[in-house]
Amino acid sequence: MTKELITGAELIVRSLEHLNVSTVFGVPGGAILPAYDPLYDSPIRHILARHEQGAGHMAEGYAQATGELGVVIATSGPGATNLITPLANALMDSTPLLAITGQVASTAIGNDAFQEAYTVGLSMAATKHNYLITDASEIPQVLKEAKYIATSGRPGPVLVDVPKDILNQKTSWVEPKDLDLPGYKPTLEPNPKMIQQAAKLIKSSKKPILYVGGGIIHSKSHKELYDLATSYNIPVVTTLMGRGAFPDGHELCLEMPGMHGNYTATTSIQDSDLLIAIGVRFDDRVTANPDFFAQNAKVIHADIDPAEIGKVREAQVPIVGDAKNVLIGLMEALKGSELDTASWINDLKEMKKNFPLSYDQKDDGPLKVPYVLEQLQNLTEEEAVVVSGVGQHQMWISQHWNFTEPNTWLNSGGLGTMGYSLPAAIGAQTAFPDKLVLALDGDGCFQMTCQELITASTENIPVKVVVFNNGNHGMVRQWQKIFYNSKFSASELTHHTPDYVKLAESMGAVGLRMTKKDDVKKIFTEMLNINDKPVLIDCVVDPDDMVFPMVPAGGSNDQIIMNKEDLKQL
Amino acid sequence: MSERILSVLVEDKPGVLARVSSTISRRGFNINSLSVGPTHIEGRSKMTIVTELDAVEQVKKQLNKLVNVIKIVELDPEMTIETEVLLLKVSINKDTQTSVIEKANLSSAKSVDVGQDYAIFEMTGSSKDLNKFEKLMKPFGIIEMVRGGRIAIQSNL
Repeated sequence: MTKELITGAELIVRSLEHLNVSTVFGVPGGAILPAYDPLYDSPIRHILARHEQGAGHMAEGYAQATGELGVVIATSGPGATNLITPLANALMDSTPLLAITGQVASTAIGNDAFQEAYTVGLSMAATKHNYLITDASEIPQVLKEAKYIATSGRPGPVLVDVPKDILNQKTSWVEPKDLDLPGYKPTLEPNPKMIQQAAKLIKSSKKPILYVGGGIIHSKSHKELYDLATSYNIPVVTTLMGRGAFPDGHELCLEMPGMHGNYTATTSIQDSDLLIAIGVRFDDRVTANPDFFAQNAKVIHADIDPAEIGKVREAQVPIVGDAKNVLIGLMEALKGSELDTASWINDLKEMKKNFPLSYDQKDDGPLKVPYVLEQLQNLTEEEAVVVSGVGQHQMWISQHWNFTEPNTWLNSGGLGTMGYSLPAAIGAQTAFPDKLVLALDGDGCFQMTCQELITASTENIPVKVVVFNNGNHGMVRQWQKIFYNSKFSASELTHHTPDYVKLAESMGAVGLRMTKKDDVKKIFTEMLNINDKPVLIDCVVDPDDMVFPMVPAGGSNDQIIMNKEDLKQL
Repeated sequence: MSERILSVLVEDKPGVLARVSSTISRRGFNINSLSVGPTHIEGRSKMTIVTELDAVEQVKKQLNKLVNVIKIVELDPEMTIETEVLLLKVSINKDTQTSVIEKANLSSAKSVDVGQDYAIFEMTGSSKDLNKFEKLMKPFGIIEMVRGGRIAIQSNL
């Protein structure tokens, strides 16, 4: 019997179906066109973004909200170069992403053909791994490998570049073999000796802190973290990428440390005698100047990526492994022991009371973002998926929103990509059509990818967008105020501000506006009652508000600026 | 600072050299020498990377993350056989000819091509020996010199 002949393009679509991909995000174009033909007949849902960057962030939002692979498709040349930002973003935040890009015909590669870019080279430093397909028969195997590499170990983006002639090449389906990746064997099981050493340190610690991040969320180990923290009374700080890994509001939860972290979280690390760091990378936004970071603490550092251990801070106990296995191991090793942390927890409780987060919302004054956020959360009954942009509003959300579940807080933590919020929210809403998905964005960020609102209305994706409109690049303005003598160079957006309500309406969404305290409840209620189309609120806020606490870049976490008054002493 | 030699076993796949060198430069690491060639195993190549970094542990870890990198061994300098290859084209004339060839012979360089006014020598040896030979030839007028990357192998001693 002769085997059925199918094209490389059909192999891609069939492989994606075999890999249980149900949704892809993308933009078609010349080189990738053959793949869009069989995609049309596939049960896979394709969401047509308005820009490849948007498509990439959508796939990231999908992946971050579900913990599963996100898939994005783009054409050669500009299609692929537009994907570089989401790829770099996914690499920084360890998001499992598969990008499939068209390439000019293999016979034309290297000749500066129309829409040719060296995609494999350009994306090399922005992906965990990438491939150029040279024969259609490789496709099923490569896509299986790509998914495995993207989702296993420390997750990340993988790109597969497919020349147009390969997409049209006829071949037969080759069942992918078992994976043979001699150079890729992530260590999941921690070394038991290291676990014993860690347990020993924990038992003798008087001031331990669980310093946890995105690794907990990737390994789906928030329950194990909860068990460990609550069984032995160890306070927890959750980094920007780890918000939701341990429930806010729990008496052991200190929330976010670092540059704009709350006083207690940042100071607890400084005062600690033992950092139990799991799934974190001692990012500079957490440590400030590492020489002054947690100077009295010993460090247990567990991570699935061995390169993170010892990169910034030497660890007395290095543990390579999956966070879930590490937590289970520690739980086992600590069995029967009791930690004497009562006075430590008491100190921290006092600290929380004495140094709370604050904001000053006047009845007739301009709106303050923290106030607006609190009102919004009060009005939402269910657990919302909150998707942020980058800047002041991002910090305020992380500070003031109560996160109690993992995968409900999506943001661009490592790369700090403005424009992430709206498309990522669309991706999350696609994965969870019935959940409340909130894109809480800044006006500077929103203007970078706002065309994706059309994608949302066209595809019936009812995201709810709040644009915190302060007419400025707020964080830039804040830094200029503090460090550049209030010289607001290129940070003002007010000269030609779009009318966001009209902009929303022109894109098929509902547009609303709030400008004062009295509006807030009414407008949010109106927004929350609309579920058949996207809604955008133009939320006009105080342009002069600043995010505190603050530790200037490169400073010491012992010197936290708490408010405007502290600034005068700088 | 002393030199560190990494022997890196990689899959012989397209772009693997680019991946390794890009990782090294992107992380801000400097290297003294990098060479790559096939091994006796089908589909496997070996890279020899020489660096002076204190941060060699970080280099190893970052390179290990590359999917096509199979194994990295840091060679113990005490137990390492290391060599490098050189081709050198030097000017000669009636007066200098004898002296150049004599010096080359004494340095164990092999003459591979001799013309009217030039001679080409090939030499393998330690970097130090090659440096010495270069110095020796300099007064006669080096026209061109090419050196291959350093390669190294662990001894069983």
